[in-house]
Amino acid sequence: MNIFFEALLLLWRDNMKSLILSTTIKILLPMMLLFSFFLLMRGHNLPGGGFTGGLVASAGFALYAIALGIKSTRQIMRIKPDTLLYSGLLITGFSGLMAVFSGKPFMTGLWLANEIPGFQKIGTPVLFDVGVYLVVLGMVTKIIFSLMEED
Amino acid sequence: MISINDTIFFIAFPSLVISFLLILIRIIKGPTLADRVIGLDSMGYIAIGFIICYSIYFNSPVLLDIVTVLALISFLGTAAFAYYIDKGKKDD
Repeated sequence: MNIFFEALLLLWRDNMKSLILSTTIKILLPMMLLFSFFLLMRGHNLPGGGFTGGLVASAGFALYAIALGIKSTRQIMRIKPDTLLYSGLLITGFSGLMAVFSGKPFMTGLWLANEIPGFQKIGTPVLFDVGVYLVVLGMVTKIIFSLMEED
Repeated sequence: MISINDTIFFIAFPSLVISFLLILIRIIKGPTLADRVIGLDSMGYIAIGFIICYSIYFNSPVLLDIVTVLALISFLGTAAFAYYIDKGKKDD
């Protein structure tokens, strides 16, 4: 039994890719992204929200980077972490300014009168949550990529 | 007739506590780093079991989302540990 594990370890060390891990993460990553979207979309009524959703999504990308390398992770993300971070900050600031434009104090929550089927109420707090989600996703993936590229 | 709450209180919780203590002994004694990493990983799964039993016993399904997040994240921690243990061995 021990010899078997030694052989597996040697095989892994030769091509640095575990077949089990890379197969698992290809199924697990879409599920994690879906769950993070679910957490984001119900965050203003129940536990969840932009921060938790962003952390779950970035954990999925971190697992992908461990299993298949950083290059392929950058390829499937398509957008640079920096772009995600700055656009998230812009969306967050804009959601606060929308109340100022309609003559109310900064960051007052504005809600649509009708509910959209499938989601609950939609308003500026949802936009704020989306911004936080993008900021957390961009920041954590940027940290992980730069730490893994260091050596 | 035994209800599900009695089953959880008299069987599930004590067995979880006993396995938690056994894993604690393994983490303290553990000859190598890999033993301790596996001990921490299984401790995460015992925490998941605890939260599930708690949410059934006190009838609060909100906690089940925490279980999903914890299951995903503890897997990540173990994978990262394995990656760095392997890297450290390579450098020697």
